[in-house]
Amino acid sequence: MAAAIFQGFGASTALSLSKSIDSKRVKLPFGRSLSERRASFVVVGSDGRLVSDSSRARKLVTNAVATKADSAASTSASKPGHELLLFEALQEGLEEEMDRDPHVCVMGEDVGHYGGSYKVTKGLAKKFGDLRVLDTPIAENSFTGMGIGAAMTGLRPIVEGMNMGFLLLAYNQISNNCGMLHYTSGGQFKIPIVIRGPGGVGRQLGAEHSQRLESYFQSIPGIQMVACSTPYNAKGLMKAAIRSDNPVILFEHVLLYNLKERIPDEEYVLSLEEAEMVRPGEHVTILTYSRMRYHVMQAAKTLVNKGYDPEVIDIRSLKPFDLYTIGNSVKKTHRVLIVEECMRTGGIGASLTAAINENFHDYLDAPIVCLSSQDVPTPYAGTLEEWTVVQPAQIVTAVEQLCQ
Amino acid sequence: MSAAFSSVRAVCHPGSFAGEKRGPPATAASGKFASGFLGSSGKVWFGALPAYVRAAPSARRRGSFSVVAVSDVVKEKKPKRSSSPPDLLVTKEEGLELYEDMVLGRTFEDMCAQMYYRGKMFGFVHLYNGQEAVSTGFIKLLKQEDCVVSTYRDHVHALSKGVSSRAVMSELFGKTTGCCRGQGGSMHMFSKEHNLLGGFAFIGEGIPIATGAAFTSKYRREVLKEADCDHVTVAFFGDGTCNNGQFYECLNMAALWKLPIVFVVENNLWAIGMSHLRATSDPQIWKKGPAFGMPGVHVDGMDVLKVREVAKEAIGRARRGEGPTLVECETYRFRGHSLADPDELRDPAEKAHYAARDPIVALKKYIRENNLASEAELKAIDKKIDEVIEDAVEFADASPPPSRSQLLENVFADPKGFGIGPDGRYRCEDPKFTEGTAHV
Repeated sequence: MAAAIFQGFGASTALSLSKSIDSKRVKLPFGRSLSERRASFVVVGSDGRLVSDSSRARKLVTNAVATKADSAASTSASKPGHELLLFEALQEGLEEEMDRDPHVCVMGEDVGHYGGSYKVTKGLAKKFGDLRVLDTPIAENSFTGMGIGAAMTGLRPIVEGMNMGFLLLAYNQISNNCGMLHYTSGGQFKIPIVIRGPGGVGRQLGAEHSQRLESYFQSIPGIQMVACSTPYNAKGLMKAAIRSDNPVILFEHVLLYNLKERIPDEEYVLSLEEAEMVRPGEHVTILTYSRMRYHVMQAAKTLVNKGYDPEVIDIRSLKPFDLYTIGNSVKKTHRVLIVEECMRTGGIGASLTAAINENFHDYLDAPIVCLSSQDVPTPYAGTLEEWTVVQPAQIVTAVEQLCQ
Repeated sequence: MSAAFSSVRAVCHPGSFAGEKRGPPATAASGKFASGFLGSSGKVWFGALPAYVRAAPSARRRGSFSVVAVSDVVKEKKPKRSSSPPDLLVTKEEGLELYEDMVLGRTFEDMCAQMYYRGKMFGFVHLYNGQEAVSTGFIKLLKQEDCVVSTYRDHVHALSKGVSSRAVMSELFGKTTGCCRGQGGSMHMFSKEHNLLGGFAFIGEGIPIATGAAFTSKYRREVLKEADCDHVTVAFFGDGTCNNGQFYECLNMAALWKLPIVFVVENNLWAIGMSHLRATSDPQIWKKGPAFGMPGVHVDGMDVLKVREVAKEAIGRARRGEGPTLVECETYRFRGHSLADPDELRDPAEKAHYAARDPIVALKKYIRENNLASEAELKAIDKKIDEVIEDAVEFADASPPPSRSQLLENVFADPKGFGIGPDGRYRCEDPKFTEGTAHV
């Protein structure tokens, strides 16, 4: 079922560098130590800058918030905080919450002894035992339902979809039970569950393993959805999702697990309902999330060189939209470009377009432009796959046209 | 084949179901039923083919089974009514409790049909008439903390579990006093207080939920170290569900982790218009238990005392931490699938046959024959229930419908899901979204 899941591991988000990255890509060296693996990775800071990891002392932004261009690059190794990869940040958040609350438990395929297909639950089974980190049979429908039943009766389970796409098999449970049951029970039962897993277009994983399910899930009432994009927000959102009394779907991206970032040592929890200002600007609002954030930041670099000053917002909360942050930006720039990896038809971008038009139409100087993935099953061939998702050059062109 | 089976049998040998220590079974009541149904032989089925299999020529070819994992409670002991004092299956109090619960279920459902035709309730309404012995036989053995997971045919499970007739009737009337404030309806009955985890309207989806509830019991005992947590979950579902993957997936997980759960199949022989025999390669559902390493039991679902015997054992097993049990209760629904079902496919003779085996009549007979209670006492119960139901209808009718402000309540347990900030106000007033909301 999960044949190809590891291929994306280690692949970079930086398209322009894909050649050099490919040559360095490490395939599944799980036998080796982490540091060995890290050494050969190219790392993208959360502001989208590329950092070659060959010099380990090279700085990364301290957190994912709001740094203009390269101005935040002056951190140093002596800075407080600790550096880790995105999957480690998720793991750290999970572990902290499991330490904090014994009702928090994990269930899914290979989450226990194996440590999760992307190592997000690495070491947890050893620490917390097999029942708290439960390896389930391959039965998405039933173990997701089981998580919901456990949530109804007092636990706070995190259900991992080994690949987000597999959760299509659990769609009924996610929709009818996760989403609706609090309501149909007249508010009697809460479903404090987190459903999470790797999704998005990876590196030639084929159609079924390259799905963006946020568009499928967005119209389910009663569910919150967030997408993480940096180690900092991955950890903070994971912790917030676990603490929420609502069912939350946390979207991770197969190509982002190896992003490295320095994050604070002290505990922090993010808001599930807030967008993240990645780069303040004046000319155009670019709304994006998950992996496309990095394509946008690459384009932003070019745009800045061309004299544009784009404002980049990682919307993070896919449901509900943070229309407060988004609205303020629209009122400032009067132009909106949406860049998403989701499908064109009925995707997050379509919903976002509608919400902005309904609420801020008077502030718009130009129609909203939405760049989405093509409505095709993600092809296997590298070239075709590349043309399926939005590339930085397209973003540059779109902004140029929008700002004419 | 038989060798493999006997090893299975050894693994999951239902020793606890052999009724050495138990009193004589419910044969006194059932022994006189019309022949042709498994219950008519006066025993929990053991080895011989049940009636519905005997009736099917295609199934008969597969007729010799070497494995059984059923109770021979009944088979081994013949009731000796001459012996004194009679070794009865229930005390007077228990007998009357069962009787009252079954009458409650029946009367409630009959009233639902009336109210439906009078336009007081709408949608799909699935009535439980005829199957009362299953709900009563199991649920009356449960504690308040034990969980029940039901299907779309859930009114009577709710009543048996202790949800008031008023709350259930009001829910059906779509009133705010309903057990789910009018937000659930006929197929979505819930009660947190009574640990009724729901009416689940799609086939099979309740089984994973039940498995999760059972997982919580195990988790509380083993991880949270609540040594006294011996809560059991009972999942009810029908014969049609037993061809659905969730059924098998959950049998596997429940047996794998020895979860405290009882899977109760209410085999009423029909999935709307699909005969069980036309849908199922091997119609003996109970046999799927041993295949997963748990006991499978086949019991006459028209005989509440036999159901109760089996339920006692299965629930006890779960409570002791010995794992799940699959119980197939052979029963029959006296009405169509739902009130919208013209019920044209079922043979009138078949219906008449089962109508003659009405579980309430049978229990009444048992009570009377064993002098557990007088006719007057039973009549008094009937009357009391009539009044309860009348009261429920009056209550539901007089209750207010939900107000508009209720519409957006309960969508999220934490209203931040609506984009509501820490100050309790929307972070952005999206008119499409916020209009009509009052207090969330």
